[in-house]
Amino acid sequence: MLALEGLVKRFGKGTAAEVTALDGVSLEVSAGEVVTLIGSNGAGKSTLLRTILGTVVPDRGRVALDGRDVTRDPVHRRAQDIGRIAQDPGESTCAGMTVEENLAMAGRRGRARGLGWAVTAARRATFRARLAEVGLGLEGRLGTRVGTLSGGQRQALGLLMATLSTPKVLLLDEHTASLDPKAAELVMAFTGRLVAEARLTTLMVTHNMHQAIRWGSRLVMMHAGKVVLDVRGETKDRLRVQDLVTKFYEASGTELTEDRLLLTR
Amino acid sequence: MTDLLGWLGSPQVTSLLVNMLEQGALFGFLGLGVLITFRFFRFPDLTAEGSYPLGGAVVAALLVARVNPFLATGAAVLAGAAAGMTTALVHTKLRINNIIAGIIVMTAIYTVNLRVMGRANTSLLDTSSVFDEVVQGLTAVGLTVRPGAVATIAVTGVTLALVALVLGAFFRTDLGLAVRATGENEGMIRALGVDTDRTKLVGLALSNGVIALSGALIAQNHGFADIGMGLGVLVTGAAAVLIGEALFGDRTVGWWILAAIVGVLIYRFLVALALRVGLQPTDLRLITAVLLLLALAIPRLRRPVGA
Repeated sequence: MLALEGLVKRFGKGTAAEVTALDGVSLEVSAGEVVTLIGSNGAGKSTLLRTILGTVVPDRGRVALDGRDVTRDPVHRRAQDIGRIAQDPGESTCAGMTVEENLAMAGRRGRARGLGWAVTAARRATFRARLAEVGLGLEGRLGTRVGTLSGGQRQALGLLMATLSTPKVLLLDEHTASLDPKAAELVMAFTGRLVAEARLTTLMVTHNMHQAIRWGSRLVMMHAGKVVLDVRGETKDRLRVQDLVTKFYEASGTELTEDRLLLTR
Repeated sequence: MTDLLGWLGSPQVTSLLVNMLEQGALFGFLGLGVLITFRFFRFPDLTAEGSYPLGGAVVAALLVARVNPFLATGAAVLAGAAAGMTTALVHTKLRINNIIAGIIVMTAIYTVNLRVMGRANTSLLDTSSVFDEVVQGLTAVGLTVRPGAVATIAVTGVTLALVALVLGAFFRTDLGLAVRATGENEGMIRALGVDTDRTKLVGLALSNGVIALSGALIAQNHGFADIGMGLGVLVTGAAAVLIGEALFGDRTVGWWILAAIVGVLIYRFLVALALRVGLQPTDLRLITAVLLLLALAIPRLRRPVGA
């Protein structure tokens, strides 16, 4: 479904601040696979997701979606196949527009946009039904401006928008990291239901090791722009946080001192 | 106090109000056009300072050539839209900052306007205008309409209401939402499959088309087109949008549109008032600056500190 081959990306080339964000990453994700992506800050996780989304063009390597090379396609031309939600709720929704307007925009993902009404009675009924599944009371707030919703509600809406016109690949970039624990749990539960129902091929970046182990069918750990661990099936199910810490030490030769990575449960 | 009340009921005030409605309706299109770029796209589009006199120049040149006033006005709108599209293309294809792109196009249009009119000022006193045509048309079907301010207010008011309704409807369509989102969250709408180069093209064409309409109607109302008529129109439009926003707050698109029109009316009223109480037309820019400052400052001062 998703094939990444030898991706290399350097930022600030030729300057003292040159950073190698991706250092030859290859990853093959099959249809329906749910991959959790973990690693310390600067490991290249977000750059990898952006390369798939198209906001970052790699220096070398290839991104293929369902057999189609999209490496150099602009964001909007591959958007039909990709749903994405970022950590900041402001990135995936339009604050000044209403809940139903946001959903209407998402419903036309990758399709022509003409002069038909964006919010029709039929679409509104669909939106209401889908919002009711979230369980945050959003179905009664179709006309509310998104900026007035809570962070959790906005992320749940963003998630619905990312999956409304079933994408081939769903990219989740720490989409619960900015939420309070209760909201994060709700949004994660909703994510689980959406992914399972539509059998979405998913790539989720997380800082939470427990989540990375518990969630999905495959776990990938990155360090310094490289994939240092790639486990699935039973091997993944048997993993413990301590194993990840050890693997990290082996891969990087440094102690895992990042509080955020260690302490999040 | 009684003096003031007496003054408010005087014929002086009636003529002040008529003048406000007439000029306000004509400038209303400018408010709508500036609203699209200044509020929805969130940048001050200086193309306006070129597309507004372009509307005046095109309509003047065509009217002098005895072209039908409606066709001439339509051509002016198209010329304005083309100016907006030029700015959009300079910005998106050459990746030049949108404000700079506007300045470049504005500068270029100055020469275009001189070429279109062939001189710096064109009198339209002995040509027919859309207002004359409507008055004649109505008279022909048996209605007695006197040409003048009231007829202008009626014609412009109806047109303004139509344009406002069409814009309001447009911004509720699939394409319209994409255009709005382009200004608000470009990354998001691109990730939803929208080529924002195209939505910018649409937005700037709409904005400058409507602004050129304002210029074309003002030229016909004032009886001349002048190369300098565009000076300061962006600030005028922005002041109107901000006054409307200060009154109505930040709400739905329909409110934004209404606020821009009401903002223009209030702006014109305040300017007319300032002139009546003894300030000179030469003071106009200072008055505009003070109004702009007040429209920006009042909502801030009303809010508690830190909010």
